[in-house]
Amino acid sequence: MPMHEDPLALLPEIILLVAAVGGLLLGLWTPQRAQRRVAVVAATGCLGSAAAALSTLAGPARTVFAGTWTVDATTTVVRLAAASAALAVVVLLRTEISGHPRETEAYVLVLLAVLGADALAAASDALMLVAAFLLASVPLYALAGFRKDARATEAALKYYLLSALVGVVLLVGVTALVLDGGRTTYALLGGTTASTAPALVAVAALGLLTAVLFKAGAVPVHFWVPDVLDGTSPAIAACISTIPKLGALAAAFRLVDEPFADAPAGLPVVVAVVAAASMTLGNLAAFWQQSLLRLLAYSTISQVGYLLMIVAAAGADLAAPALQLYLAAYATTNIGAFAAAASLPRRTTLIGWAAGVAGRPWLLVSLVVCLLGLVGTPPTAVFLGKFAAFTTAADQGFAWLTVLAAANSVASLFYYLRWIAPAFRATASARPARGTASAPAAAVLHVAAVASLLLGITVGLMATYP
Amino acid sequence: MLLTVLVLLPAVAGIVLMAARVPERAAAWGWVAASSVVVAMVAWTWWGLDPDGGIQYDVKVRWIPTVDASYHVGLDGLSLPLMALTAVLFWCCAIWSLRRPERARSHAAIFLLLETTCLGTFAALDLILFFLFFDLSIVAMYFVIAGWGHGDRQRSALKFFLYTFVGSLALLLGFIGLFLGSTPRTFDIVRLTANPPWHDAPGTASLVLLALFIGLAVKTPVFPFHTWLPPAHTDAPAEGSAVLAGVLLKLGTFGFVRIAMPTLPDAWQRWATWIVVIGVVSVLWGALVALAQTDLKRMIAYTSVNHMGYVLLGLGAVGVLARENGDAADDIGSAGVAATGAVVQMVSHGLLTGALFLVAGILWSRGRSYAFSQWGGLSRVMPGFGVVLAVAAFGSLGLPGLSGFVAEFEIFAGSLAGVPVAVTVAVLGILLTAGLFLRALRHLLTGDLTVPDGVDARSIQDLTASERVSIVPLLALSVAVGLLPWLLLDVVGPAADDLVALVAR
Repeated sequence: MPMHEDPLALLPEIILLVAAVGGLLLGLWTPQRAQRRVAVVAATGCLGSAAAALSTLAGPARTVFAGTWTVDATTTVVRLAAASAALAVVVLLRTEISGHPRETEAYVLVLLAVLGADALAAASDALMLVAAFLLASVPLYALAGFRKDARATEAALKYYLLSALVGVVLLVGVTALVLDGGRTTYALLGGTTASTAPALVAVAALGLLTAVLFKAGAVPVHFWVPDVLDGTSPAIAACISTIPKLGALAAAFRLVDEPFADAPAGLPVVVAVVAAASMTLGNLAAFWQQSLLRLLAYSTISQVGYLLMIVAAAGADLAAPALQLYLAAYATTNIGAFAAAASLPRRTTLIGWAAGVAGRPWLLVSLVVCLLGLVGTPPTAVFLGKFAAFTTAADQGFAWLTVLAAANSVASLFYYLRWIAPAFRATASARPARGTASAPAAAVLHVAAVASLLLGITVGLMATYP
Repeated sequence: MLLTVLVLLPAVAGIVLMAARVPERAAAWGWVAASSVVVAMVAWTWWGLDPDGGIQYDVKVRWIPTVDASYHVGLDGLSLPLMALTAVLFWCCAIWSLRRPERARSHAAIFLLLETTCLGTFAALDLILFFLFFDLSIVAMYFVIAGWGHGDRQRSALKFFLYTFVGSLALLLGFIGLFLGSTPRTFDIVRLTANPPWHDAPGTASLVLLALFIGLAVKTPVFPFHTWLPPAHTDAPAEGSAVLAGVLLKLGTFGFVRIAMPTLPDAWQRWATWIVVIGVVSVLWGALVALAQTDLKRMIAYTSVNHMGYVLLGLGAVGVLARENGDAADDIGSAGVAATGAVVQMVSHGLLTGALFLVAGILWSRGRSYAFSQWGGLSRVMPGFGVVLAVAAFGSLGLPGLSGFVAEFEIFAGSLAGVPVAVTVAVLGILLTAGLFLRALRHLLTGDLTVPDGVDARSIQDLTASERVSIVPLLALSVAVGLLPWLLLDVVGPAADDLVALVAR
């Protein structure tokens, strides 16, 4: 295989890295009250990375650096979505922690998390996947414990320990892969996995998949999600629940689609079962939550379940476009939902949020767009994503999974309405609530709601797949 | 283009009302203005429609080319009468709502959005587009009930949303099933109709029909999927109930004639007998349960189950006739009569039940009660109320001279050749509804004057101007269809014959 060493293929990541390092250095030499400069650097980095990713949108799929790094439509969508999500997170963070002693560090960690997500999505070599896994994990430990209070510390510790355990499982998987054929690059694995020891292939597949499913927050390795998200602030929760998941799901798709496509272990069925468990358990656990962030945490677990339907159906013609569509839709809508939580600071419960939204009808309108978007109501983007997921899964013979996913969508409506209904009642009263709304967070919410609608209406036209 | 403007105009008007922060009073009039324009445009469209011309005014714009989904809308003799019904009923509700002071702006905006979703569903010729409008109608109706209802409205609204959402997802699964069975794969209803999916896989076709049937039956609703309907109707505001019963239920029955029957003709024929049975059970169940109600609004709600049962009976009979006598010209002719009757019944039920729910709203506005036991002898103090209630009730029970008679007569006459037993049993439903409406009239209009506690009997006001202007047109149209049925039949008939030909393939 010829070496394709083209550093420009990594331009979006290089921009992120430069912004992260530059931001850190700038922060060191900037007084406490003027740290918004670092936020500007971080936001510029995100925009630059997204712009660089956009330039490869139309290009053909290719691998660089001896097949270890793939630049294709999925990578591009993850790069774009993660950078855009990070931009929103920086805006949310700025209002939340301005003047905080570790403000700079937060921005830098978010940029590094995007770098990790990009690497997860692009990795097409098992060893690269290990590096990407670490890169996507380490910044988030620090973000999870950012507040340094009891709950944040507990959450960070839980996250770290589980992550360390899963990291070992990942290494076992890679070891099995090396033992099996002495190769780790996906492109070279395809032919060999079918012919040699099936047990080793199964161990390898399970090890690698466990790691990416952990990053995605899928059942049964989802226990960290509610504790970590509920232990942090809305902005950090938005980051942790969106950015790494984009990369992890793309990585899972790549694994099932490329090296293990011929694996005899019935891998798609395993993924389908994980998808079913994620969407069902996530929904059931979300039913009676009172805390906004905990509710959204379980909601993200169920969303990952729907996304995994596409991974299980990776063999279908339209699976890759479906995944790209759903990832972009998920990032947009999920950021919107967390921005809604952030828009009324100190309102951390469903009832509290409803009390705070009185006299602010547009906040409610955008919330309804985002939450019903997560349910999958047309014409929002997640509707099309879900719809594509349902279609590809049914096409690949997972009709039972599609029926289950439809039933779960109905169930999810119930808990999203538990947020919407009291808020809708509260806006009926003419008196505005006391306390302030965060204008930047509200702006992020509105932008996400509009983007979700626009994406839903126009994405079909943008996608000119063969 | 005309059709697109027609469909989107109400929603755009609603958004303008909200964004421009139009004063509350002006917003109520803004709704009247927008819905008047829609009525005028529908009338213009009706004037230009060629009844024998199949689908007209169609527009097709690329939307999601990878799966051949497009923005595809058009009209024919099946959908235009329902769009006209939608336009008229929303106009009447706009007039009715002129008296509403509280939050009139958001009220008008949500109803205008709802109008767009209903018009869009009737116009859609693409499954995804159909689903989009179908699903959004549920969302808008949820906010109508939760925001402006009374009684235990949050609970009723939630129940409505969850039940009908189950239905819409079943429908979505059915649509995916249709897509996967089509060659080449498409979501376009016209293409699916031309080349029905799964015609060589009867088992799969039956499953897809089952999903479509559940989805549409929940919305219609037919027994046993109707349990969301009584609480939703009882706790919705009068104009919400009128739209819910008058238009939203038709989205379900329209789905049968637009999607289920033409795209799965074999499966429809195979299961037609069962569909007839479900129709007849709904007829009787709706009538019997309505008879047991002690509350005017709940009674009207259950008569909707009864009336929609007739529609299903007629559509099922089309399948039976097509199965048994695919070649015999006579029986196909009578199937056309049954299909025509089913569509006329949709329109007739929309006019009459819409009027009945507005009439029930008058009771609520005067005394905050719908209970038969709390009202009596009203024809003495409210003669106008007595007249409109009586006309609507007689129309609903199928008195000749009103639209209900035309519809039910055609359904029975057309179905008799194919399902004589079912028709005989269903006629009992007419007797039951006659009994229950007469009982309601006796309770409310005759006897000693009775009013709820705390209401001054002498101060009860007869129909106000807005009530009169909103109810009388509905009844007048029902009488027009009853006396001059060709007005409607000339448009519906040819399209219904086309439908029968599609099912008989």
